[in-house]
Amino acid sequence: MFTETPMVRRKERRERVAKTFFAVMAAAMVIPVLLIVGWVVLKGAPAMSWEFFTTNPRRGGTEGGIWPALVGTVYLIVISLCVSAPIGVLAAVYLNEYAKDNWFTRIVNLAVVNLAGVPSIVHGLFGLGAFVYAMRFGKSILAASLTLSIMTLPVIIASTKEALSAVPRSFREACWNVGASRWQTIWRIVLPNSISGILTGVILQVSRTAGETAPVMFTGVATFTGVDGGLFLYHLKEQCMALSMHLYYIRTQASGAREELGYAIAATLLGVVLLVNATAIIFRIYLRSRKKW
Amino acid sequence: MTATSPNSPLPTLGKPAGRSRLAVLAEKGIELVICLCGISAIIFVFGIFFFVLREGAPYLPHLDLGEFLFSANWYPASDPAKYGAGALVVGTLSVTLLAMVFAVPFGLGAAVFVAEFCGRRTRETLKIVIELLAAIPSVVWGFIGVMVLGPIIKDVFQVPVGVNMFNAALLLALMSVPIIVSIGEDALKAVPDSYREAALALGATRWQTVYRVLFPAAKNGLLAAVLLGVGRAIGETMAVLMATGHSARIPDSIFDPVQTLTATIAVELGEARQGSEHYQVLFLIGVLLFTLTFIVNLTADMVVKGIRKK
Repeated sequence: MFTETPMVRRKERRERVAKTFFAVMAAAMVIPVLLIVGWVVLKGAPAMSWEFFTTNPRRGGTEGGIWPALVGTVYLIVISLCVSAPIGVLAAVYLNEYAKDNWFTRIVNLAVVNLAGVPSIVHGLFGLGAFVYAMRFGKSILAASLTLSIMTLPVIIASTKEALSAVPRSFREACWNVGASRWQTIWRIVLPNSISGILTGVILQVSRTAGETAPVMFTGVATFTGVDGGLFLYHLKEQCMALSMHLYYIRTQASGAREELGYAIAATLLGVVLLVNATAIIFRIYLRSRKKW
Repeated sequence: MTATSPNSPLPTLGKPAGRSRLAVLAEKGIELVICLCGISAIIFVFGIFFFVLREGAPYLPHLDLGEFLFSANWYPASDPAKYGAGALVVGTLSVTLLAMVFAVPFGLGAAVFVAEFCGRRTRETLKIVIELLAAIPSVVWGFIGVMVLGPIIKDVFQVPVGVNMFNAALLLALMSVPIIVSIGEDALKAVPDSYREAALALGATRWQTVYRVLFPAAKNGLLAAVLLGVGRAIGETMAVLMATGHSARIPDSIFDPVQTLTATIAVELGEARQGSEHYQVLFLIGVLLFTLTFIVNLTADMVVKGIRKK
């Protein structure tokens, strides 16, 4: 019969302590987030109404709604997506399907990693220097969206690469064997089989774009522009408002804004971002459950 | 084209030469586009460096590097203006360092818990929460720092202002923890199971396995995780802008307000006229930031590559 020696007991006690310790560490990250999100939503909820979402801000943003900021954020997301999604997906196709394992590919991969690590404010400086001044787009939705698209490019490249490499090599070999060319194989076999994974990456890009402030604050997002009602009132060369910038502005520049207003904008922004991310997560779980290989 | 009725013999498999010249040309064109997109990352990294440096370059001949990096006299509005970014460098480094003091133990601890101690269900849930944590926009963090954390810090530590280095460091810690956890978990997962089995066979507990076997085996990956967290913290803008108190002095204590490189650009670029000295110096700060994060990311990448070679 096995008897516990003091050493075994001590060992087990230590094991329990270690496990609890690490669990507390993990909990210490999770709990504040839940508290914070809950608190922001709770404080912001009273100020959120139909008018809040559909009217223009008044009195320098201290009163009224956030309609132009919502529209502006949608514009930034859609336009930057139109640029970064094709480039990002094709870049991932290159890295996963064409690139040989040599020094050049290593440099490309390194560039992707570094592009992801460039501080957002430096992206803003780049956008100002390149798009606003050198290419003469002026401070505009176009310049801001292009800046955002370059910033989010690595997100799409990384997730697409992962989705592509999940397609088994045998699929490609079968296709090559019936005489298909490289591109035909990619277009007919690889992309259709990885489209859901690619979409997940695109969704994550949307969430990133929605929340960024620093890259757009000098390239095309104004603190105040009105919209008269329709969705298509912003012109590409105009400046627009954005939710993230509006929150910053309300909190720091506009004096006399009600506290709830800030909370309501923060809650809206959080809502958009978390909803988009949750969609991506659910999408991914669904995807994993119906994988064919 | 041959009609494929059920009785006809199998068509001979088309050789590439069988396709029309147009199709071959189109394929070449598509491959060229793909190749261009593939190297776009390199173009953009160089482009960023080039355009940021280009705007700041006219000031380079007047730049006294010693003063720029080490003097704490940042008076862009006075006459003659002084551009000593020393206090800003100290601000960035001190906030980052303090953030890492919180983030590294918690991040690595959580990574160990996720990778080694919890069941599959808990793991999936925790990973989702961590992903959501990473998704919270930095301007919302800043808002939370000002509205929620600031008053709490003011009350708990009896300090005059709640927006200070400590506040910003807490936010930065929460923002960089997701990176540390996910990269750290990958590093621990990359340790072969045979190592764990060998340790267990010798009678080691989980904790002993983690401490004596996994940490040494995964140390490069864990280091890379920390470095990427540092990179994120250095480059963060909106949260530190709102929560540091934004004051260009060398801090005496962790409850003093500080000013970071990123926040300086964000606040002052709007006031600086295009082409003015101040404007150029701000772009040079951008170059400095780019270089800093580039070095950190490069080191992290080389550390990771180091493991793979082994």
